[in-house]
Amino acid sequence: MKTTEMTTLGAHPLDEYLRLDRLPHIWCPGCGLGTALGALLKAVGKSGLDIDKTVMVSGIGCTGRAAGYVKLDSFHVTHGRALPFGTGLKLANPDLKVIVFSGDGDLAAIGGNHLIHTARRNIDMTVVCVNNFTYGMTGGQMGPTTPEKGRSTTSRKGNIEQPFNIPRLVAAAGAVYVARWTTIHLRQMERSFIEALQKKGFSLVEIISPCPTYYGRMNEQATGLDQMRYYRYNSVVKHGAPLDTVDITLGGQIVVGKFLDIEKPYLPQKINGHGR
Amino acid sequence: MSSNGQVSGEFFLSGDEACAEGALAAGCRFFAGYPITPATEIAEHMSERLPEVGGTYIQMEDELASMAAVLGAAWGGAKAMTATSGPGFSLMMENIGLGVMLETPCVVVDIQRAGPSTGLPTLTGQGDMMQARWGSHGPYSIIALSPSSPQEIFDLTIKAFNLSEKYRVPVLLMSEEAIGHMYEKVMIPPWEKIEVYPRRKPKVPPQEYLPFVPDDDMVPPMAIAGEGFKFHVTGLTHDERGYPVMTPEAQDKLVRRLVDKIEKNRADIIEVEENGIDGAEVVVCSYGISARVSAIAIEKARASGIRVGLLRLITAWPFPTERVREVARNIKTFIVPEINYGQMVFEVERAAAGRAETVLVPHMGGAVHDPQTILDAIKQAVK
Repeated sequence: MKTTEMTTLGAHPLDEYLRLDRLPHIWCPGCGLGTALGALLKAVGKSGLDIDKTVMVSGIGCTGRAAGYVKLDSFHVTHGRALPFGTGLKLANPDLKVIVFSGDGDLAAIGGNHLIHTARRNIDMTVVCVNNFTYGMTGGQMGPTTPEKGRSTTSRKGNIEQPFNIPRLVAAAGAVYVARWTTIHLRQMERSFIEALQKKGFSLVEIISPCPTYYGRMNEQATGLDQMRYYRYNSVVKHGAPLDTVDITLGGQIVVGKFLDIEKPYLPQKINGHGR
Repeated sequence: MSSNGQVSGEFFLSGDEACAEGALAAGCRFFAGYPITPATEIAEHMSERLPEVGGTYIQMEDELASMAAVLGAAWGGAKAMTATSGPGFSLMMENIGLGVMLETPCVVVDIQRAGPSTGLPTLTGQGDMMQARWGSHGPYSIIALSPSSPQEIFDLTIKAFNLSEKYRVPVLLMSEEAIGHMYEKVMIPPWEKIEVYPRRKPKVPPQEYLPFVPDDDMVPPMAIAGEGFKFHVTGLTHDERGYPVMTPEAQDKLVRRLVDKIEKNRADIIEVEENGIDGAEVVVCSYGISARVSAIAIEKARASGIRVGLLRLITAWPFPTERVREVARNIKTFIVPEINYGQMVFEVERAAAGRAETVLVPHMGGAVHDPQTILDAIKQAVK
């Protein structure tokens, strides 16, 4: 096996938030996860959060590996259960800022029931849902967000199911902050993360992200660059867009922006005490 | 009740209520659950009492979420518990496994009803005993306790919390509908007189802390979230840093310790109750409500001159193999009444290793044994 020697180029601005002894990460070339995680960590730095009290929970899958790379108290839990695990953390210690960073399959399929109920309770936490329309870790199967006609290893002739519109789902369930960006919207994404982190209640930012290895390759966007080009030429910023108009279709327009930013009572309430 | 929510004195309580009060006395300040007969009363009692002691009750969307929230709360610093019955216990198995892997102290109460599946929701059973031992995937060891009265469910709930903190493992309190819904006198001592095992906090500063470096008893100290330790834990096989390592060597080192920390501390964990075993020809080995019913049969057998003893499993898991083996040397037969078609009996048989005959007295569930069936088995054994 050929190995490439790495040269030390000096400190990266995000080094203090990363477990450098765990790098390099396992994500594929062209994957959008590094972009999303980088923007989130920048936002954590800018948001004025107490780093000691900021925790990250991830489920299973490519995105689920994020918790293992951040230098925060971090939890890599069972498939789909990041939200209830995070709910327990937050209710037992309301001083914590809980960030759940996970994928579309983890949050919307196996964890779908937890997604709607955590939003319904309006638990004070921030969720980053990285949506690459597929199960990457297991090799590219269809998932709850795969667009109709989208191909995967379990929908070779095209997906015949209709996908979840995640912003619409969580807004209907009770979230107070919902935004969507693609990985080409780096600054907008970071701004949304800061707003979400500072929001009281259940905030969710969906990040449309390339998976050239599986989803892209099977759907005529064979490289990360192809997928990024698609995002660039097909994304339309529509803040406050009616949520029934933000469905994602195969090869169609991707509506991005801040869709919801409202105030509502949230949990944990002060009267509940700390439970310690 | 005192102003800080403590209660003590003599009460007439159901097993479910006694369980909840035992949890509070042990320091439980977080309960996540989902309603299920016949364990619902524990959730109801906790929902009322936890706020009185500064704790948090949350009703989750299902038992998968309940168990996940309990683990999260434990890592948030709380002593945490959930309570359920068979169908919910099945769902909790996933995150009980995570609890084992992350070495998370917590208590899971199973007020058993008759299964399989929905079975007889309102009627008693003991069909989850093997699931308690092996229900989550992969090799691991676990602690499970079996109370025989409302008073004992109170006492053993405290013990369950203490063992879970000491060994950093989910502890399963395996009771039954018959005990959960039984009302009896329960003595609650003043809380300050109750021995409570505290969280094993790290003894080193955050920069030196490695989450899975064990103490001499094989159990590592546990940091909690928000105190600057910046630790990582994962359900993947991991090293002492908590980092994933995908090798058979790392698996061997980790899993061996997860099992050994329970199995090599068996003497400290295991508790049994014995009665009239010396000189006995037959010993009834049972647990929970079935041990109580057995006592009636034993009394009658003794009245007719049969030398019969009782070995009651207070700790079901780890199984008291050594004691059962010792008893087997001096008796003819073990009689094992349980409300299933044979579960703990296999352990008795294994431990007896042919030194004594082992006879199951099964009951398919929905009621306790007629003591006569146990008496008949005792009489048959001495024929």
